[in-house]
Amino acid sequence: MSVFDGLKFRKVSSPIHNLDPRIKFIYVCAVFVAAILFGEILPLAALFLMQIPFVLIADVPKEWLHSLRGAAFLATFIFLINIATSFFTSNYVLTTAAVENAAALTLRFIVLVEAFSVFFLTTSPDHLGLALEESRVPYEFAFAFTTAVRFVPVLAEEAHTIMDAQKARGLELEKGSFMKRIRNYIPILIPLIVSAIRRSLELAEAMESRAWGATKKRTNLYSLNLHKGDFILLAITVTVLAVAIYVRLYVPMPTLTQLIRM
Amino acid sequence: MIEVEKVHFIYPNGIEALNGVSLTIRDGDFVAIMGQNGAGKTTLIKHFNGLLKPTKGVVRVNGVETTKTSVAALARNVGFVFQNPDHQLFSETVEEEIAFALKNFGFDTEVIEKRISWALNLLGLEQYRKTSPFLLSGGERKRVALASVLAWDPQTLVLDEPTIGQDYQQKEKLRQFIVQMQAQGKTVVIVTHDVEFVAECNPRVVLMKDGKIVADGEGRAILTDPEVLAQSSVVLPQITQVFMRLTPLGLPRNVLDVYEAKEILLKHWRRSERK
Repeated sequence: MSVFDGLKFRKVSSPIHNLDPRIKFIYVCAVFVAAILFGEILPLAALFLMQIPFVLIADVPKEWLHSLRGAAFLATFIFLINIATSFFTSNYVLTTAAVENAAALTLRFIVLVEAFSVFFLTTSPDHLGLALEESRVPYEFAFAFTTAVRFVPVLAEEAHTIMDAQKARGLELEKGSFMKRIRNYIPILIPLIVSAIRRSLELAEAMESRAWGATKKRTNLYSLNLHKGDFILLAITVTVLAVAIYVRLYVPMPTLTQLIRM
Repeated sequence: MIEVEKVHFIYPNGIEALNGVSLTIRDGDFVAIMGQNGAGKTTLIKHFNGLLKPTKGVVRVNGVETTKTSVAALARNVGFVFQNPDHQLFSETVEEEIAFALKNFGFDTEVIEKRISWALNLLGLEQYRKTSPFLLSGGERKRVALASVLAWDPQTLVLDEPTIGQDYQQKEKLRQFIVQMQAQGKTVVIVTHDVEFVAECNPRVVLMKDGKIVADGEGRAILTDPEVLAQSSVVLPQITQVFMRLTPLGLPRNVLDVYEAKEILLKHWRRSERK
């Protein structure tokens, strides 16, 4: 579950937490686009380092490291696959350029994980729902989305309890052949799914008894307003995107190997 | 026999749930663990079958340290019934649900058949043998969960909140069932908020507060002591409250159950009639 810990929101207050979720999301998308634009290690490293001030201002370094550690397995996998494909497709020679390329692609993945992790770590599900609603997403969808996000930790905890309950009845998850081990998870998955369905039915009834959908136009207790910080972030976003596109189009980007040779 | 020695337990999120707990539960004991929500009751009992291992200190089950063996091996001796039956039911029929643990422990097919019938009979569930556990009511599901643990006949039975969702009649059956287990020399540990139920059973009571044991002793002594109970926010049993207010009549304060109360009151009335 450690992978999810890096995405789990915790209620703290920081300049980053107070930013408008819509602007934050646009920023994340800009980083996403910039990361896709480049396949070289230098600009990707720059993008990676650019996130660190956000992490520090938001005061979530521990959680952030957690998400990186969670991504480490997949990152290693991406690196190895890239090395292997270039190794097998170029007549079994491994060039430094190929290694650098694999490293760059891995770094791209890490940048993406990092950006989304900062976004989810600093944006409460309620804010996110509000942002969706104010972006004219129908309330039903916005609500379904925030509920889904909010129930992830609840379900994780429930899965843990269920595992304990089955272990107490002599189930040994790590025992047996590969197929047996997969089958071992049936006693965990069925109660988890059943209780999720039961919970959602109960939630639906509770919502209906509190007049869900009684009026077409809902009012909100909170509304999102743009502040100074949001405009600064918007300016940063535009700059990042403009610089990225400019560099992509007009500046030849040397690889690390070329730089060393120079 | 379960020995807990100066156990501390800290959850990964940093919450210290047990703060130096020592407790010995001998074979044949009947122990009720009580206390507020968050006092550490469930954390403590999860140490009894190794689901949790102490951060500091030692837990021994029949002389074996829980850190040195598996949950499955400990579960053979310590049956644990969780509070919410929906956390364990998954089979297509009640019968298969009960067979699950028996298969895990490697019982023979004929023995499994016998044990299923025995457990179903014990908890009055025979008519549901082929029913899906998901179609049963909450109270019935709870009994299926209990039957699925009883089936392998563990020496110690740990029940987390067994009376929740049970009507009075079922509670009475549960009480009789525990008495029956006691007669067979089994150990029973229950965690509960149901002070009336505990008063009727009159077991050994362990009171917890903030990860510590604040009182451990005979039920009658603890459940009729308002000061001790107040420490861990447990309310006196109703019948005890009545007798506390009747002390000016010269009646005893430490009355726990209705039958006992009846006897005392009858004696008192007869005596006053004679005057």
